[in-house]
Amino acid sequence: MEQTTDVYTPYHPRWLRPRVSTYWWLQKPAYLRFILREGSCMFVGWFTVYLLLLLDAVLEGPLAYEVFLAWSGTPWVLALNVVTLAFVVFHAITFFQAAPQAIVVRLGRTRVPPRAVLLGHYAGWVAVSAIVWFVLLGV
Amino acid sequence: MSNRIRLQIARYRPEQESEATFDEYEVPYTKEMAVLDGLNFVKDRLDGTLAYRWSCRMGICGSCGMDVNGEPKLTCATFLTDYAPGPVRIAPLRNFPVIRDLIVDIGDFMRKLVKIKPWIVRAAEKPLAEGEYRQTPEELEEYKQFSMCINCMLCYAACPIYGLDPKFIGPAVIALAQRYNLDNRDEGSAERMSVLSEHDGIWGCTFVGECTTVCPKHVDPAGAIQRYKLTAAVESMKSFFAPRGA
Amino acid sequence: MARRHPEPLLWMLFSAGGVVSGMLMPILVLLFGLAFPLGWLTPPTYDTLRAVLGNPIAALVVFSLCALSLFHWAHRFRHTLYDGLQIKHLNEVIAVVSYGVAVAGSGLAAYLLWQLA
Repeated sequence: MEQTTDVYTPYHPRWLRPRVSTYWWLQKPAYLRFILREGSCMFVGWFTVYLLLLLDAVLEGPLAYEVFLAWSGTPWVLALNVVTLAFVVFHAITFFQAAPQAIVVRLGRTRVPPRAVLLGHYAGWVAVSAIVWFVLLGV
Repeated sequence: MSNRIRLQIARYRPEQESEATFDEYEVPYTKEMAVLDGLNFVKDRLDGTLAYRWSCRMGICGSCGMDVNGEPKLTCATFLTDYAPGPVRIAPLRNFPVIRDLIVDIGDFMRKLVKIKPWIVRAAEKPLAEGEYRQTPEELEEYKQFSMCINCMLCYAACPIYGLDPKFIGPAVIALAQRYNLDNRDEGSAERMSVLSEHDGIWGCTFVGECTTVCPKHVDPAGAIQRYKLTAAVESMKSFFAPRGA
Repeated sequence: MARRHPEPLLWMLFSAGGVVSGMLMPILVLLFGLAFPLGWLTPPTYDTLRAVLGNPIAALVVFSLCALSLFHWAHRFRHTLYDGLQIKHLNEVIAVVSYGVAVAGSGLAAYLLWQLA
């Protein structure tokens, strides 16, 4: 029943199976947004490498730390990090947007409204960012 | 004096050709007419050889799913005025093999659906004398959304993962599995999990989310899948750390 | 359970990595990627930063961020190559390389933070 033949007969018609194009993700705006979202992971990866470089610089001593800070100001690193900022923010927003669909919490008889799950993530984001700011800058 | 709109309808006649072509028809329309009404007009008055599926014409049978201007739609629930002045491009539902014109083979979906046992599974039936299986409104709410699925397969047409890898079990099947898993009368979660937690089960999904966007009954299969991923992952951790009936 | 495969664990690492990187990276990129190099804000002194990284809780947070972000990257990277670019025949190789890089990076992060303690 699931067999198809290349030759048409009345009881085994030749089915048409269009191939999915390699550029399927350009065919709909939603698909493009999806691929961009997945692509944000490259910038998450890059910034992790950046952090590891920072850790290594701190380990090597005060001079290495200054060299790192200077290097971080060079044009291509700066440009890359601007794009990185855009993509990690995009990643955070899309990831938090997905959370309410995945996290269904019941308190007794009622379900926590999806909006609350979303706002909880944003509140956490603000809180965590504030903590990082205070820890690093103390003000 | 009615308006007219052009329909560009995909044709595939396997006995004559090996590629799909598009034929154009002009139909008069009113604001109440759905794309399906346009197709019926073509078949009744213009070209009786056009082949397509439809039944209830009211969005409950799930037969009339087609690709309208690039989006999977129920043709009975999509209106011609929304595409004025046209043309309206009607093609068979994507990601399924085309048998003829606008008719696709849905055998793959039907086989996958049976695999997840879309019925109440119980170890033992309650004897009739004990009465019915009781369910509170809250217990009904748990799974009701997923029970709205009409098997129209628009979600499969929208899912790029299914298009790229037909072994992927797909959104509707997982949502229907959840409909039964979350039903308090059902005891079959473990059986369904072994099917769903295969590599081409839920783990093929990368949460594109288009399935939820196109679903005409607001089933939210993407949500069902992500929730199930969490359930399956937790189960997997439990069975790893404390195997055998922990 | 069917034949055991690591997908559930990898997905959990991906999810955790997504949350952690979503929460922490924006502010860190803003500070270490833009604000400090451009002079908008004064970067922490070497001693301050060293003290922060020496703190066990902070070190744990930084390790989690690095490790989980790498697993998040690896999982998405592998899936995108498979789905987006349809590189199916190299699937096994790509998976091993991606997760391998994540493991190596996590190990490096652990080593660096251990040395900074």
